[in-house]
Amino acid sequence: MNKTVNQKAWFLVLPVLVLVAFSAVIPLMTVVNYSVQDTFGNNIFYWVGLEWFEEILNSERIHNALGRQIIFTSIIMLIEIPLGIFIALQMPKKNGLWSSLCLVLIALPLLIPWNVVGTIWQIFGRIDIGLLGYSLNALGIDYNYVQNPLHAWITIIVMDVWHWTSLVVLLCYAGLQSIPDAYYQAAKIDQASRINIFRYIELPKMAGVLLIASLLRFMDSFMIYTEPFVLTGGGPGNVTTFLSIDLVKMAIGQFDLGPAAAFSLMYFLVILLISWVFFTVMTNLDKKEGV
Amino acid sequence: MDLSWMAWTMPTAAFFVFIGLSLLVMSIWAIKAPQAPRIGVLKIETTPGDRLFISLLGSAFICLAWLGMFGSPVYGALIVCCIYALAVFRWV
Repeated sequence: MNKTVNQKAWFLVLPVLVLVAFSAVIPLMTVVNYSVQDTFGNNIFYWVGLEWFEEILNSERIHNALGRQIIFTSIIMLIEIPLGIFIALQMPKKNGLWSSLCLVLIALPLLIPWNVVGTIWQIFGRIDIGLLGYSLNALGIDYNYVQNPLHAWITIIVMDVWHWTSLVVLLCYAGLQSIPDAYYQAAKIDQASRINIFRYIELPKMAGVLLIASLLRFMDSFMIYTEPFVLTGGGPGNVTTFLSIDLVKMAIGQFDLGPAAAFSLMYFLVILLISWVFFTVMTNLDKKEGV
Repeated sequence: MDLSWMAWTMPTAAFFVFIGLSLLVMSIWAIKAPQAPRIGVLKIETTPGDRLFISLLGSAFICLAWLGMFGSPVYGALIVCCIYALAVFRWV
């Protein structure tokens, strides 16, 4: 049978192309243009070449922000991924009222807008009116996230864990639900221990969703802005100034558009590289599994 | 249409024209002589489009590393990028 060749369906892609052009490609091109020029406003630009890139690459301020960012991302991933798996394993496997209730409760933090999460924790941690801050001080712990760098870090990390572990839980739970009962029955016949069931059945079956969860958590935490900005504003001092907070300070606070553009391009390249690595690993994993 | 807010310059325009032309040439190449994906030294399946992406992304990092170590100009880095891109198309 001869198939009719019809390429008109490509026109259906046109709206998406236009949308992506206006929302991503044109702004990105503008950032590239800004990164090689200097401006004092009024759309007057001076060519500076690669000067801003050199400045950013050798800037101690950016190195420190990058260091803080890497530490933050590593800590929250080391907490959220194992904790997410642990909670998903504790949830009821059979569909019913109890599992639905668990899912709704788990999903609640994900429904809250980021700036609201920051505000909730900002008030929660206050030593005068906040439940957490007031209670800790009443217990004799000298907690003050506004002045103490360690307390600020702990509060931001706990806030992120509270907000985002749910995502890992939901993904892992979906992965666990897709394991057929026959696997568990076979494990029971073999008298496999709980640890072995996890190691040889549940973990391999969750590998795909865990990679997705890791990718999403990596990207979100590496680009985090709103929550720490609302909670600490990057302080005390600069101890919680992460890359995006520093970028906004540079671009909007100081109006250094050139350095900020160079900085954001390098930031973009790092995210692009790591996302590509994750994506490649994921697609190769799928091919190996024959999905 | 006033595009002054985009602050175009000749070098950046040339850069985007180069990227656009690369995509165009690769698309025409893919239509004229379709190639099956292959597995190279990275042990991942790549199409010519993937190899172009790896070349461009890697080149960006080569140029940044050059800038960080030796400063501008980056002509040396561009030569390294060309060799890197050829190696990617040959072996990846």
